[in-house]
Amino acid sequence: MSEPLFRVRGLEVALPDMARKPLIGKAPMVQILKGLDFDLPRRSVTGIVGESGSGKSTLGRALVRLLEPSAGSIEFEGRDIAHLSEAQLKPLRRNLQMIFQDPMSSLNPRRTIGSIIAAPLKQNGLGDNLAERVSEALRRVGLPEAFAQRYRHELSGGQRQRVGIARALALSPDFVLADEIVSGLDVSTQAQILTLLEQLAAEMGLTVAFISHDLSVIRRLSQQVIVMQHGRIVEAGPTDQLFEAPQQEYTRELIAAIPLPEIDPEWLSTG
Amino acid sequence: MSVPCLEISNLSATLANGVRVLRSVSLTVEPGVVTALVGESGAGKSMIGKAVLGVLPPSVKIVEGHIALEGIDLGDLKSKARRVLVGERAALIPQDPLTALNPSRRIGPQMTDRLVHILGWAGDKADRRVRQLLDEVQIRDPDRVMQSYPHELSGGMRQRVLIAAAFAAKPRLIVADEPTTALDVTVQKQILRLIAELQKEHGTAILFVTHDLGVVAKISQNVSVLYAGKVVEQADTPSLFASPQHAYTRALMAATPRYTDPLASLKPVDETVLAGLASEIAAADRDWVAP
Repeated sequence: MSEPLFRVRGLEVALPDMARKPLIGKAPMVQILKGLDFDLPRRSVTGIVGESGSGKSTLGRALVRLLEPSAGSIEFEGRDIAHLSEAQLKPLRRNLQMIFQDPMSSLNPRRTIGSIIAAPLKQNGLGDNLAERVSEALRRVGLPEAFAQRYRHELSGGQRQRVGIARALALSPDFVLADEIVSGLDVSTQAQILTLLEQLAAEMGLTVAFISHDLSVIRRLSQQVIVMQHGRIVEAGPTDQLFEAPQQEYTRELIAAIPLPEIDPEWLSTG
Repeated sequence: MSVPCLEISNLSATLANGVRVLRSVSLTVEPGVVTALVGESGAGKSMIGKAVLGVLPPSVKIVEGHIALEGIDLGDLKSKARRVLVGERAALIPQDPLTALNPSRRIGPQMTDRLVHILGWAGDKADRRVRQLLDEVQIRDPDRVMQSYPHELSGGMRQRVLIAAAFAAKPRLIVADEPTTALDVTVQKQILRLIAELQKEHGTAILFVTHDLGVVAKISQNVSVLYAGKVVEQADTPSLFASPQHAYTRALMAATPRYTDPLASLKPVDETVLAGLASEIAAADRDWVAP
C-alpha cells in the first residue's frame, strides 16, 4: 500500500455566522466541520456525498486551502498544509486544482477561453509554447482548438464545463477537487462530462475528491465514498461495500430516497 | 367518456422572430390522474404549463391550437373570464418556493389572499381552509408557520406551504413545475409522497413538469417526452419504462445515472440519435404552415 495523497486528522472548520452578525462588531463563529479523520488514496476518486448543509463543500475548500481550518491537520504528500501562509502555499497550488459547479460564474466573461486556460500556465512559468499548450488542453477535453478565440457566453453549459476541466488539468496536477460539477447540467450532457472526467482521471493518474449530492453518480465514479451529515462523517468505505451493505441508518435512508428510473409502486410508501 | 380535465390540441407557440418553441403539442390529462411532462432544458415543458395557466412571457405567442380546461376552450373566453376560470379550477406548485413567496409578508395572508380576493371566500372560511391544508401537509403548528416570514422556514417547509396553498382552493388541475428540483433527496421523497397522497385524496389532476425520469417513474400514471417543443413519445408510465419506443427516450434512460447498475447507466447520448431528432424537427417545421 502506498501512502495516501491526503491524510486528514481532527479537521475542524469554523466560519462566521453572517445571519447572526450584530450591526456593529464581529459575527459569532459557527462550527461547520466537527473533527474529521480520513485519507484520500492516490490515483483514485473519492466521492463525498451529503445533503445541503452537511459541510461537504466546506471540506473541499479546506482540502485545497481556500479556507484555513480552525483545528486539526491536513497532510498533503506528507506535509501538513493546514496552516501554511499564502506564500508557502503558492508552489503547491499547481498541484491542488479545482473544478466548480457553475462554469458560468467561474469563467471570466471578458477574456477568451484561450487566455483563461493560459493564465495558470503563465503563472507557473510554462509560458513558452503557450498556444500549443492551450490547444493541447482543449483537445484533451474534446473541444476544437478554435474555441481558444471564443468567450464563455458563446459556449453551451457542457462546453463551459469542459473548459473548466481543461483549465484545472492544464498543469497536470496530482489532485483535483470537483465540487458538484454536473448539478446544473441536463442528463445527456452530465453523462458526457462524467465519462470525460472518468477517462482523464484514469489516464492522468489523478487523485480526485468528487463532491456530489447524487449517490448514483458517486457510485459510478468513485472507488471510495465518504458520507457526511451535519459536519461529521457518518460512514466511509469502499464504494461497493457502502452501497451493498451500508452500516448506518442515515446512509440507508439516503440510498432509499433516490428515485430510480424504474416502476416501483411501493417506493413512495416506504421509508 | 368523461370530459378530460385538460386537453391541449395542436398547440404551437413562436417567439417574436417566428421560431417555434412549441411544435403542435397535443396532450390530455384525465381527471384525477398525474401526467408527467419530461424533457431536458429548452424542451418547452415549463412553457406548456405556463400556457395552460395563461402566464406565458410576452415574447411567446400562441399561434395555433387549443387549450381546454374541463371541456371549456380557454381561447373562447375574454381575458377576465379566462383568469377567473383558471383561477378557480387550476393552481401552480412552483419550483422555487423562495421566489414564489413574497419575502416581506407573513405566510398566512399570502395563503388566504388568493381564496379571499380571487375566489371571494369570507376571511374566516379561508383561514379555516388554510389551517386544514397545513395540517394535511403535516405542518404541526400552523399558527407559528402562518405568522412566519418565508426566510424563517426551511426549503422543505416552504414547499409544503406552497403545496397546501395550491390544494386549498380545491382546484381540478395542478401544474407542478419541477416542484422538488431544489430539494435534498430525502426531502424530495417526503414532498413527492405528500403530493401523491393529497392528489389521490382530493382527486386532483396534475400536470407534473420534471427533467428527472426517476421522478416520472415514481409519481405519474402517464407521460409525454418532449424534445425541442415537440412531443416525441406519449405512453402510460409503466409502458414507457418497460418498452420505450423513441430512440431519444431510450437515450435519456441510458444517460440517467442509477446506483443499482452504475456501468450500464450514464451513457452519453449517441450522435445519431441527436441527428435523427434534428431531422425530425426540421421535417415538422417544413410541413408546418404558420396560420
